[in-house]
Amino acid sequence: MPFGLIKYGLSSSYPGKRFLSAQPDLKSSYDVVIIGGGGHGLATAYHLARYHGIRNVAVFEKGYIGGGNTGRNTAIIRSNYLTPEGVAFYEESVSLYRQLSNELDYNILYSERGHFTLAHTDSAMRTSRWRAEVNKHLGVDSELVYRDDLARLIPQLNLSEDVRYPVLGALYHPPGAIARHDAVAWGYAGRATELGVEIHQGTTVTDIEVTDGRVTGVVTDRGTVACGTAVQAVAGMSSEVARLAGIKLPIRTIPLQACVSQPMKPSLDPIIVSGSLHVYISQSDRGEFVMGGSTDPYPRYQTTSSLDFIEGLMSHVLELLPHLSEVQILRQWAGMTDMTPDFAPVMGETPVENYYIDAGWGTWGFKATPVCGKRMAELLATRRVPSLIAPFRLSRFEDFSLVGEKGAASVGH
Amino acid sequence: MKQMQCPLNGWRNIQEFAHGGEVVDEPDPNRCTDAEWAEYIFMEDNKAGLVKEWWCHVATAYWFIAERDTVKDEIVRTYDPSELFKERRDYTRPEALEGKS
Ligand SMILES: Cc1cc2nc3c(=O)[nH]c(=O)nc-3n(C[C@H](O)[C@H](O)[C@H](O)COP(=O)(O)OP(=O)(O)OC[C@H]3O[C@@H](n4cnc5c(N)ncnc54)[C@H](O)[C@@H]3O)c2cc1C
Repeated sequence: MPFGLIKYGLSSSYPGKRFLSAQPDLKSSYDVVIIGGGGHGLATAYHLARYHGIRNVAVFEKGYIGGGNTGRNTAIIRSNYLTPEGVAFYEESVSLYRQLSNELDYNILYSERGHFTLAHTDSAMRTSRWRAEVNKHLGVDSELVYRDDLARLIPQLNLSEDVRYPVLGALYHPPGAIARHDAVAWGYAGRATELGVEIHQGTTVTDIEVTDGRVTGVVTDRGTVACGTAVQAVAGMSSEVARLAGIKLPIRTIPLQACVSQPMKPSLDPIIVSGSLHVYISQSDRGEFVMGGSTDPYPRYQTTSSLDFIEGLMSHVLELLPHLSEVQILRQWAGMTDMTPDFAPVMGETPVENYYIDAGWGTWGFKATPVCGKRMAELLATRRVPSLIAPFRLSRFEDFSLVGEKGAASVGH
Repeated sequence: MKQMQCPLNGWRNIQEFAHGGEVVDEPDPNRCTDAEWAEYIFMEDNKAGLVKEWWCHVATAYWFIAERDTVKDEIVRTYDPSELFKERRDYTRPEALEGKS
């Protein structure tokens, strides 16, 4: 290893392998065009190439891979949702995440921490018990815990009764984890390109040609390509891209902000969420406290940060963890989230025959990246909707079959 | 601090307002199809650009209309709903339903 490094350092040509191969010109036609180079689009490309032998695939990414919500999220991974449909779906994703570093031969720094959703009211205790029972029934490790448990499991937590919202208990989900979000995008991208997938960064989709209810071409700022099927996975831009194909969605684009503190020595193992206080916090592997809350109060296509957000968030963080009061905030940012009315995604078929959608991921879609890749690829390859994602069909909004996940997804993501 | 001009109360901090959604025509619930009703309830234009929306000044429970740019986060114009809605909706029982309460 040291010799390799010295040789590399002294070499004039820098023989290092490019992580992504250089971008060729666009071909005139692809079997599958994937719009959006976030984790979801890249995972779909990887699964198509690796498991379905479909390698004539292009991913079009307007900016750079993972530069959307994939690289902006707070990386919480869990499966303790509320509806049986949601729990089964996210549980498959957690099991894929657990072995993803091996699968991609790329370290995504998957780190199981245990996830606590604090309950400060009678109704939150009731929902926590409800979720724990649904979870256990479906084989997910999830338990209602009480104040004495919390005192033992999170000694830093302020359990005083003398605060605005005293903690009554929590939903405890031991497999709750965090991971390195960019690595998820890079890992999938690296492996997909090795298998022949083309990833075109800096390539914006500007129109979608639909003839007789079928997509015939995808127009980009670098030219037009024909395709057998196309799929969009563009998060906050979902409504605008779907509009190009003549499809209307039940989605609002709302910014979600987050921030990190300066790095500190490891001191907070679990992930802590409070729905009533609108906060969540964890400590990343490089020591930064990663903190966030609820979405901004109104829809916008913007990623600006606000002082209102950070002030509101901090007053609540400090109620839970007063010992952090001297810690400095290092960075603050926002992503544009695609929010649905039932806090569940929109996945699968659309009114356009060979056009598929992976949207409505709002504030909770990072944890679903592997399962989306796997199941969207299966859908594109077989043209049959996998039963695991069937409940999330766009047409559920025509027959009022919503999948109410708000109780488990709103602040907890 | 961002502010918005309320047609009733003048300039106020943005936190005093609640966003109420796009201005869309409500279909007649007695005559429209389920699909039209579902579209009205759930679907959104969600445009990047100029939008026309309902907003409420929470402290005075006053609903009004705002036109704003969702990309620049600029409020272009706010006005009383009477500018768009000239008469009240008709909520009398339609003839077809007469006698079936
Ligand atoms: C602050 C924040 C915190 C979050 N925390 C969590 C969390 O803790 N846990 C969790 O599970 N989820 C979380 N989420 C949600 C999660 O980040 C997203 O749901 C998920 O990353 C979506 O992945 P994606 O691949 O679908 O979208 P993205 O990663 O956003 O990728 C979409 C890509 O499409 C590209 N694109 C858009 N328009 C076009 C076009 N016309 N042509 C070509 N390309 C285009 C964009 O440039 C972008 O790169 C959070 C989100 C935010 C913003």
